[in-house]
Amino acid sequence: MVNMVDASPQVAENISAAEVPEVELYHPKSYWTKYIFSQDAKVIAIQYSGTAIAIGLVALVLSWLIRLQLGFPGTFDFITPEAYYQFITMHGMIMVVYLLTALFLGGFGNYLIPLMVGARDMVFPYANMLSFWIYLLAVLVLVVSFFAPGGPTGAGWTLYPPQAIMSGTPGGQQMGIILMLVSLILFIIGFTMGGLNYVVTVLQGRTRGMTLMRMPLTVWGIFTATVMALLAFPALIVAAVMMLFDRLLSTSFFMPALVEFGEQLEYGGGSPILFQHLFWFFGHPEVYIVALPAFGIVSDLISTHARKNIFGYRMMVWAIVGIGAMSFIVWAHHMYVSGMDPYFGFFFATTTLIIAVPTAIKVYNWVLTLWRGDIHLNVPMLFAIGFIVTFVNGGLTGLFLGNVVVDVPLSDTMFVVAHFHMVMGVAPIMVIMGAIYHWYPKVTGRMTIDWMGRFHFWVTFVGSYLIFFPMHYVGLVGVPRRYPELGDATFVTDSLHTLNAFISVAALIVGFAQLVFLFNLFWSLRHGKEAGGNPWRATTLEWQTSETPPIHGNFGKELPIVYRWSYDYSVPGAPEDFIAQNDPGPTKEEAAR
Amino acid sequence: MTIALVLILVVVGSIVFHLFSPWWWTPIASNWNYIDQTLIITFWITGVVFAAVILFMAYCIFRFRHKEGRKAAYEPENSRLEWWLTVVTGIGVAAMLAPGLYVWGQFITVPDEATEIEVLGQQWQWNFRLPGADGQLGTSDNRLIDSENPIGINPGNPLGQDDVVIEADDLHLPVGKPVKMLLRSADVLHDFYVPEFRAKMDMVPGMVTYFWFTPTRTGTFEILCAELCGTGHAFMRGFVIVDTQEDYDAWLQEQSTFAQLSTPTKLSAVDDTRP
Repeated sequence: MVNMVDASPQVAENISAAEVPEVELYHPKSYWTKYIFSQDAKVIAIQYSGTAIAIGLVALVLSWLIRLQLGFPGTFDFITPEAYYQFITMHGMIMVVYLLTALFLGGFGNYLIPLMVGARDMVFPYANMLSFWIYLLAVLVLVVSFFAPGGPTGAGWTLYPPQAIMSGTPGGQQMGIILMLVSLILFIIGFTMGGLNYVVTVLQGRTRGMTLMRMPLTVWGIFTATVMALLAFPALIVAAVMMLFDRLLSTSFFMPALVEFGEQLEYGGGSPILFQHLFWFFGHPEVYIVALPAFGIVSDLISTHARKNIFGYRMMVWAIVGIGAMSFIVWAHHMYVSGMDPYFGFFFATTTLIIAVPTAIKVYNWVLTLWRGDIHLNVPMLFAIGFIVTFVNGGLTGLFLGNVVVDVPLSDTMFVVAHFHMVMGVAPIMVIMGAIYHWYPKVTGRMTIDWMGRFHFWVTFVGSYLIFFPMHYVGLVGVPRRYPELGDATFVTDSLHTLNAFISVAALIVGFAQLVFLFNLFWSLRHGKEAGGNPWRATTLEWQTSETPPIHGNFGKELPIVYRWSYDYSVPGAPEDFIAQNDPGPTKEEAAR
Repeated sequence: MTIALVLILVVVGSIVFHLFSPWWWTPIASNWNYIDQTLIITFWITGVVFAAVILFMAYCIFRFRHKEGRKAAYEPENSRLEWWLTVVTGIGVAAMLAPGLYVWGQFITVPDEATEIEVLGQQWQWNFRLPGADGQLGTSDNRLIDSENPIGINPGNPLGQDDVVIEADDLHLPVGKPVKMLLRSADVLHDFYVPEFRAKMDMVPGMVTYFWFTPTRTGTFEILCAELCGTGHAFMRGFVIVDTQEDYDAWLQEQSTFAQLSTPTKLSAVDDTRP
């Protein structure tokens, strides 16, 4: 066994004295400044989460409509091809940007970063508040596009030009694409304000004794993801502004000379592939912007509920940082068949497969944390296990698509759809749900209803697997993605239609199970069992607050001082199976006795 | 307990589904069986890893589930084990990457004897152009596209006069002869995709993309568009008919060249405006 300095219980001497006196926070006086225009990161977190889940419900309903069409083509007259493309576009965009990114960073980031690093709040509370309101505006603009003439854009969530701004695509020559781009630009502005907060708070706001290598992996995951997002989103905002110019001012950034339905257009000289590079320079890091917070959070869920330190903490930190850095040099693996220089394939396939190594290490370390643990199969733990299964499955199919030549037959088929839903849809959402069950007692002071949580887990986990595992084979057969109906190609058999119908039924069932989840969250506010301050007997600082839910300022009169790393579970000789981070432990004399 | 059993079921069920489901790729009709083989290697390696990780996890959950009096071990790190796992993973990744890159090298190296054939995608149909007797395609430009000249062939270029133009009709190819598909688009992105050929490539307005393959069996194969191109995307279909050489020659006889399609007056008129 390797001894870690930070894991040893007697390091009280390492704590430096406070260098600057604490400044009292500005405490709001009125209802409006306390709950609406609040500068408290915890309130902002709930506002972010509530908005993200609300718009996520729209995406859920859209997914039902998509599956109704795919499972039972020709049955629903209102799902025209135009409507179908609008549904898939909005579903994808909402899930990736407005739900997952906003919930992980704006929701969990805001709630957990200050509490976990021992800060009273984010360092720039006013900018933090603005961040949420601009995000809300972005969401509203997105919602408005549903009611605009012509409806929302149907360009696919990747918004590839030229079709995104042309008349053959829903919303291309109407308001849809304009509102979409404006909404994205607003989202990025809002996110940047929050993102700078998260980064500076982690770097500058940690309490005494909280070294970087003592931070919970949740904070490491959210921190790294935020740094990545601050570097990746500028590529998207540039692409969005240029496309907006192409659409409104007839510039030709992305538009070459082209003929639309027999009519020569004014455009000329632009490059559609340039957009793809910009989009994926954002888009691939985006995958990890969603995945890294999930990695961090799930590490803490597993460790806490297995009553065992996370295995290989330092390796886990370096894997998060390494994946974050490498994710910036793999983007063109989304473009193997885009027509870019084919020699790029060698480079991007190599970097893509190398990134599998640190990712695999993380999986091993989660499983090895279970090894010789004391596994409590609480609802958050069940979701963590569900995450590992779906993430391993989705990660492994990534090795098909990342390996350039294997991608050629699979690219743009339902195999891709199955892959990314498994790896960046189901897997991170498993973590989000596990995390909500895990931290709900801290946020509300009450436990959720256990049986509802278990029911929700089983339907979601088994159902999602039944949706997305067979879907890989739909793609392997040859079915392209983004087809509202399959027509009569040779590979379209009766059994394929049956499989599609089966997937649709499973999707509807899983969708309805989410209503149980929402009901549980509301019902437990009143009827859940009183949780107490630390129901999971966890080590990290957010569970050690004097009040639950924590008040403005998070901690009592004194900020906690951190004496140990985040994972002192089942320490030999300790009286309990966890030692809180702010527990100084036995003094030298007591330890010697 | 239940969860450990379900994990075992997930692994067994996935393997059984893979082995016995009726849903598998279409019978191949090109030389790219290397791609299929690389895919099979990838299936094996990833399948073994998936089964090993999930079954090990199921065992851990079963063996170390909470019971009265159990206490977890305290083991923050184990460098030897971590490095060992890293190296084994690296080897597994290399075992997939090496054949992948090797076959990619073949995929992008077009043989000299490959015949060039042009495909022009537009919303929402496929057009083709074959080199005429001179064996070469003339130059073309989207700016030249109009109702008389659907492919935008440059009328001033003598190489283009004998090019065979096929507008919104089936493409025929002789079996066993390598072809280099030159891909153009008149409007938006498209993707020339025939599942039986395994190869596909996007078609981008403003540039010419390509891929090559050799048809290995005769038959009729459906062309699908694999890159979202607007509301008609799913209905943008066409056919490639792979013929024996005799059938192909007979078909070719019936096709019209660019010169035959253009009326002489029209040609000179265009010549005047676009020297």
